[in-house]
Amino acid sequence: MAKTVLTFGPQHVVFPEPIQFKLKVEDEFVVGAEPVIGYVHRGIEKAFELNELKKNIFLAERICGICQSPHSTAYVLGVERLMGIDAPARARYIRVIINEMNRLHSHMLWFGLLGDAIGFESYFMQVWNYREKLMDVLEKITGNRVTYSMNAIGGVRRDISDELQKEINRVLDFLEEALKSVDGVLRDYTMVKRTKGVGVLTEKEAKRDGAVGPTARASNVPYDMRMLGYDAYCDLEFKPVVVDTCDSYGRAVVRWKEMFQSIELIRECLSKMPPGDIMTKSNALPKGECVIRVEPPRGELFYYLKGNGTKNLERVKVRTPTFANIWPTITMLTKGCEFANVPVIVLSIDPCISCTER
Amino acid sequence: MPGMISLILRNLFSKPVTRRYPFEKRAPFPTARGQIVFARMKDCVFCGLCMRNCPANAIKVDKASKTNTLEPFRCIQCVMCVEVCPKKVIDVLPDYTKPEYEKTEIKFVQK
Repeated sequence: MAKTVLTFGPQHVVFPEPIQFKLKVEDEFVVGAEPVIGYVHRGIEKAFELNELKKNIFLAERICGICQSPHSTAYVLGVERLMGIDAPARARYIRVIINEMNRLHSHMLWFGLLGDAIGFESYFMQVWNYREKLMDVLEKITGNRVTYSMNAIGGVRRDISDELQKEINRVLDFLEEALKSVDGVLRDYTMVKRTKGVGVLTEKEAKRDGAVGPTARASNVPYDMRMLGYDAYCDLEFKPVVVDTCDSYGRAVVRWKEMFQSIELIRECLSKMPPGDIMTKSNALPKGECVIRVEPPRGELFYYLKGNGTKNLERVKVRTPTFANIWPTITMLTKGCEFANVPVIVLSIDPCISCTER
Repeated sequence: MPGMISLILRNLFSKPVTRRYPFEKRAPFPTARGQIVFARMKDCVFCGLCMRNCPANAIKVDKASKTNTLEPFRCIQCVMCVEVCPKKVIDVLPDYTKPEYEKTEIKFVQK
């Protein structure tokens, strides 16, 4: 049987962003795949070096549109470590609340996209409708729907008042009910048929290829950066969600369970949040180098910062979760999957291409 | 999917959740960062802190002509300028910047 090379992307209906896969196809089955990235490179790592410390927070946020809060958290944590300061306890709790709400809305977005990719339009609209409530409360807290700009070096910029805390609790109660009303989708015949046994990544392969985030956790690898206990995660009761089905269905289940885990974590944060300051002021300048790892919705986010005692950083290196998950995707694709399943497999890692290329 | 069908039917016969946008607008949240405006120009001392702290280089301060220039389409509404201003000249409004045909500058002159 002759092999044919089919290009999948860079413009494709399931991708909101441009990435290309050159798929080697034998009949209906994929036997080889080669990723082509570089369509949306913006040179942000270089811009980090030219910008000043405080301005870089907003730059870090703009690496990714959906997981921007973890990006600025990682950057801010790194600079704080280099400056030798710590954020006050209340600020650390607020950061966790924002990051978890970010995870919640990102996973809801992903479920909508999954419904859209397999042709379940009404599910897509229903989930995005629920998500809008969360976006509204985020706008009330931070002042913006998408780019929150909550983090500052040494703390956060806005406090969460008692009134807003009640509102968050109300929205969380609503979301818990609402999500349970559509949880039948994971038992739905078509959904199961389209995702179960599709895009298999065994535990051994996940470890070998360095999968991160829900992709790794669906392959029975309890790899979650929140276990490191950055910010207030050290005070919270937390155990990573692990599923051992090793396929696209498992990745959906991990995200589904993580949404409820996020709701619990936000509630715990709101009940444990201590009163007090939200900002530590310091005029120190960063010196030395450090590595920060945090957990955005998609997996491990890695920041390397090097300061030289001036207002500018000497080097910033960012490795985003999708970058780490591209190679596991190739492993999933080249196992002889059907061509029709390629969109579901690629979507199952929740790709974010603009972040990957920075 | 049976659980979803009742929801879909309910959605079909209930009124839409979306707004008819240009005719019906949601009032902005009071805490929203919509746009910035130099509201109290008479207090401005032209120190230039807002210009130096702006991550998008959207503000220009000219001490000689006593003018602050804002490029609203460069501004990212981070409100750093509002935080650093020693005289509290700048206000943040909850309404978003209106779309325009041309990228204009807004000049605020001290009289």
